[in-house]
Amino acid sequence: MKIIATDRNGKLHELEGRDGWSVMEILRDGGLDIAAECGGACACATCHVYINDGWFEKLPKASEAEIDMLDMALAVEPNSRLSCQVICSAETDGIVVTVAPE
Amino acid sequence: MDKIMTETATPIETDVVIIGAGPIGLFAVFELGLLDLKCHLVDILDRPGGQCTELYPEKPIYDIPGLPIVTGQDLTNRLLEQAKPFNPQFHFNEMATKLEKLEDGRWKLSTDQGTQITAHVVVIAAGAGSFQPKRPPVPGIELHENAGDGIGVHYAVRKMETFRGKNILIAGGGDSALDWVINLAPLAKSMTLVHHRDGFRAAAHSVNQMRELEAQGKVKFHVASVKAVHGEPGKLSGVTLAGHDKTEWHHEVDTFLPFFGLTIKLGPIAEFGLNLTENLIAVDTARFESQTPGIFAIGDINTYTGKLKLILSGFHEAALMAQAAFHIARPNEKLRFQYTTSSSNLQKKLGVS
Repeated sequence: MKIIATDRNGKLHELEGRDGWSVMEILRDGGLDIAAECGGACACATCHVYINDGWFEKLPKASEAEIDMLDMALAVEPNSRLSCQVICSAETDGIVVTVAPE
Repeated sequence: MDKIMTETATPIETDVVIIGAGPIGLFAVFELGLLDLKCHLVDILDRPGGQCTELYPEKPIYDIPGLPIVTGQDLTNRLLEQAKPFNPQFHFNEMATKLEKLEDGRWKLSTDQGTQITAHVVVIAAGAGSFQPKRPPVPGIELHENAGDGIGVHYAVRKMETFRGKNILIAGGGDSALDWVINLAPLAKSMTLVHHRDGFRAAAHSVNQMRELEAQGKVKFHVASVKAVHGEPGKLSGVTLAGHDKTEWHHEVDTFLPFFGLTIKLGPIAEFGLNLTENLIAVDTARFESQTPGIFAIGDINTYTGKLKLILSGFHEAALMAQAAFHIARPNEKLRFQYTTSSSNLQKKLGVS
C-alpha cells in the first residue's frame, strides 16, 4: 500500500504504508520533516497534513478530539487532518498527502 | 542605580544546574541528591513536567516501571515528591541562553531573565528543546514581532492595559484565544476573532461569552485565516484575511495576537558549542557526558547507539550521570555506593529515619 507525500520543499515521495500504522509514522520513518512532538497521542497538532485528490472524503471522519486538536494547528484548510490519526489500510492504498507548513 | 545592581548581581552558586524540569530533570535531582549534590533547574515553561504536563497531562502512560498506569501530571507530581527532600530550586519561565566556562573550571549559565547560576556540572535534560509559541506561516510576520507595547504581533499578553484603544485581531480557537477575546474586548477599539471553523476547542462557557459579545457587536468573528501582514517592519497596519472559499479581504489592525499553542524548538542549546547531530547531543553510555567534560545530556535530548526515547531510559541515564557528576563536583571525596533500602545515611537524607 502506497502513500504519495509531498514534503515542505515540494518534493514528492512514494512511501510504503503498513497496515495498522498511522500515516504520521510512515512519513516520519520515511525521513519527511514532521515534528509529531507528542508521538501520536493527538495532543500537539504538529503532524498536520492536507489530504488531496479526493482522498479526504474517502477517509473515516476525524474524531471530536482530532477536530479540537486541529484548532492548535497552523494554516488549517477544509482538507486538513492530523496524520497520527489517519491509519493505513487497504482502503488508503495510494492516498495523497501534503505536509502542512510550520 | 538599578542598572548597577543588575550588572553586579552575584551569580547563584550550586553543585549542578539542570536545564529542563521535565521527568528526567526531576529524577536527576533525586539521584544527585542521594550523593549530596544540590541542584537548580531552569525551564522555559511556568511549571514542572515538561512534555508530560504541557502536552499530555491527562493522558495515561503505561510503560513506567512499577506504575501500571499514570498520567503525565501524576508522574510529575510523584517525581516532585521524590525530589522534595533535596530541596531543588526552580527557575520557571526562564530560557537558558548562554553557557560559559569559568577560570576555576566551573560553568556559568545565564538565562533570558538575567539569572546567572554557577555550577560544577551542567545537565541538559531539555527533551526536544524549549517550548515556544507557534508562529503562523505568514510571510514577514517576524518583522512585526517585538514592535513595542500593544502593537504588532504578540504571542502572549503580559499587560492588558497596553492593548487599550487598539484595533486587535486574535487568531485561534483554543482557551487562550477565546479568553483574550473576552478580556481584551472591553478595552480594545475593535476586536476581531478569526478561526478556521465555526466551532472552538475552548471551554463551552468561554465560547458562549464570545458569542454574546458578538451578538452585542463588541466582537466580530470570521471563519477565515490570516494570509498576509501589511505595514513597514514594526508598524503593522493591516492583514489580508481569506475565507475557505478563497475570497480575500483587507482588515486594518494595530495588533495581531495568534494563539496556536506551543511547539518545541531546540533553541539556544544549539549555540552552546556542543557537538550536535540532528539536534541531539552525542554522549557516552557510561557517564552520559557530552564531548565537553562537565556537560551531561540525559533523556530525549541525547543520542547513543541503541538509544530509545523513553522516560525509563532517561531515569537510567540520570543515575549513571549522577555518579560521574559526583567525581567532578567532589574530586577529593570517595563515592560511597549505597542502597536506599539499607542505608540509614540515605534514609536520613530522605527524611524517613
